[in-house]
Amino acid sequence: MAQAVETYEQYETDFRKLQEQRAGKEPQWLTDLRDSGFERFLQFRFPVERKGNEGWKYTDVRPIARGSFDYPFDRAEVSASALAARLPFDSGFIRIALVDGHFAPELSTGLDAPGIVVAPLSEAVRSQPQLVEAHLGKYAQVNHDSFVGVNTAMHSDGAFIHAAQAVKTPVHVVYLTSDRGNPVTFPRALVVASALNELTLVESYISLGDQNHFTDAVTEITLEDGATVDHYRLLLENPNAFHVGHVRVNQGRDTNYANLSYETGGGLVRVDTDVLFDDTGSSAALRGLYVTSGDQHIDNLVTIDHAKPHNTSRLYYKGILDGSSKAVFGGTVFVRPGADKTDAYQEDKNLLLSREAEVDSKPALEIYADDVKCGHGATAGAIAEDALFYMQSRGIDPEQAMLFLVRGFASEILDGVKLAALRTWLDERTTLALPRFGERAG
Amino acid sequence: MPVLSNAEGPPMLEVRGLHVSVVDTEILKGVDLSLNAGEVHAIMGPNGSGKSTLANIIAGRPGYIVTAGEVLYEGKNLLSLTPDARARAGVFLALQYPVELPGIRNREFLRTALDALRESRGEEAVPIRDFNKMLDAKAKELDLDPDMMKRNVNEGFSGGEKKRNEILQLSVLDPKLALLDETDSGLDIDALKVVAKGVNAFRGPGKAILLVTHYQRILDYITPDLVHVLIDGRIVRSGGRELALELESRGYDWLREEAPAEASA
Repeated sequence: MAQAVETYEQYETDFRKLQEQRAGKEPQWLTDLRDSGFERFLQFRFPVERKGNEGWKYTDVRPIARGSFDYPFDRAEVSASALAARLPFDSGFIRIALVDGHFAPELSTGLDAPGIVVAPLSEAVRSQPQLVEAHLGKYAQVNHDSFVGVNTAMHSDGAFIHAAQAVKTPVHVVYLTSDRGNPVTFPRALVVASALNELTLVESYISLGDQNHFTDAVTEITLEDGATVDHYRLLLENPNAFHVGHVRVNQGRDTNYANLSYETGGGLVRVDTDVLFDDTGSSAALRGLYVTSGDQHIDNLVTIDHAKPHNTSRLYYKGILDGSSKAVFGGTVFVRPGADKTDAYQEDKNLLLSREAEVDSKPALEIYADDVKCGHGATAGAIAEDALFYMQSRGIDPEQAMLFLVRGFASEILDGVKLAALRTWLDERTTLALPRFGERAG
Repeated sequence: MPVLSNAEGPPMLEVRGLHVSVVDTEILKGVDLSLNAGEVHAIMGPNGSGKSTLANIIAGRPGYIVTAGEVLYEGKNLLSLTPDARARAGVFLALQYPVELPGIRNREFLRTALDALRESRGEEAVPIRDFNKMLDAKAKELDLDPDMMKRNVNEGFSGGEKKRNEILQLSVLDPKLALLDETDSGLDIDALKVVAKGVNAFRGPGKAILLVTHYQRILDYITPDLVHVLIDGRIVRSGGRELALELESRGYDWLREEAPAEASA
């Protein structure tokens, strides 16, 4: 039930209960980290101010702040077939699944693969204490904002991935929210890609029901010198879900990070993706595809911090908007003093399928170095009438022509998906996400 | 006036007293034209005379307003049909400026179009393997690299490649009425010959071609049955192949004085 004002009481009650349950079971550093996370949460509060709140100017999180959610102290049972039907692309992958924030071993597979540690975070805290302590909360710090704070305090479990050798098998982290009540979950992932190693990581957020629930997700990825990470973040939750996500990436020397943020799900969504170039010789390629209809609201804020020289970043997001949906794109490239030979480009292109759909696109560059190559662009437009006529003049009916043009628009992003089964699935899913195409999609 | 029709029934295309405007400007000011199956008619005229408008309005391109007159295709009102319904009925327009379709591969585009046409005729879809074989063979005939079939429609194609790709579509989709809107413009002589070969291969009984051109050069390779001269939205003269040659040597000015009332196809 929604309240008339922001409410923190339930979070406080749940957090106290968690403190009692966890007493003596978690190491002191983690207890301290969680406590400071909750302190920050209560101190920052949800960013609901409608004035002077630049980072949240276009996204009103009052429905989240005033919502009443059930913290799942345990999890629902989910059948493997229900999962397979929803995510049919991960055959042969290593999979770690969390249901309502709790590790679900019966839905996980391949966790004993050699050369890589894929484990629930709760287990890694015990089995890899030094590694987890060294990295958890270091990139997504509790003082970033209230969402990271409360996630740090309250996450039940998460995924820990340490790629110690090059692993050909992709790792799939699945965060399911069940259809019990109106859960609030705090998915958490910590990914450590060791020197000179390669990792393909897929994160999928899905809902099993169609009720309102709230996901507050945090993923931390650190690339040690020479590491490569290909990251796919798939937001597939139901259109009544609230989702706030933080992806924070730390790049060492000579690293390559690629990200595709694919977003068709969620009713009210905000995803912050932050990349820090902490050394030289690295590249980051961040792509995104958001597909909205009905009254969905999807906001992406991408920040690339060129703190050091000789790094290259490419940021390319595309949006397809229908109905009375709304999308927000904010991209900021910081080029710090001394970060010479920075090469950065960012672009956001939007296809508006209805007159009621709306996009606010704000790419920005903040450059404090001299010897750099930077650019940005943003466009929003309707389906080109010329293209539609051209296809019709060949006998293709307008609906099929639109379907083609929408898939064509998305393909520029999806062609970059290196996992063939995933690429095919996303291609089909993109038009399925738009109700206007009905049964013709896919 | 040469009379070439020996067809039975209505002409394939009949344009009667057609007036067409774009926004508030009248472009076609009363065009009459009759094209029978088996015939090739050339529409010639200076820039801005309304040649492309005529081709586009027959194909159903949006942006034009018919203020008077009618267009009959096989005796039926064509103007009430959507562009895709016209295509399924057998009308094809080779565009003056073929449109780029980002993210849509040539092969998939053409196969979908052919399937749509066949489905409307109650025919089964062509198996993918057979289609690909046929497409590659036809591409080769038009001097197009089969690799281009895997590329996005017209994206990154040269001007000449785009025009040849239009003729490839003509060949694959095999319509009844082909409207060629300045398909020859911008082609060098070798490309022109290739395009003409493609058009001539299409030509035959049961097919009609309306060839819109600015230059008589293409008529050296595609012999028209009739040449119509369109000036300021009206057909001012119609004649045989020799009319095109006369236009080449004398230009259009001598025809501008002709009274529109005297001209009819």
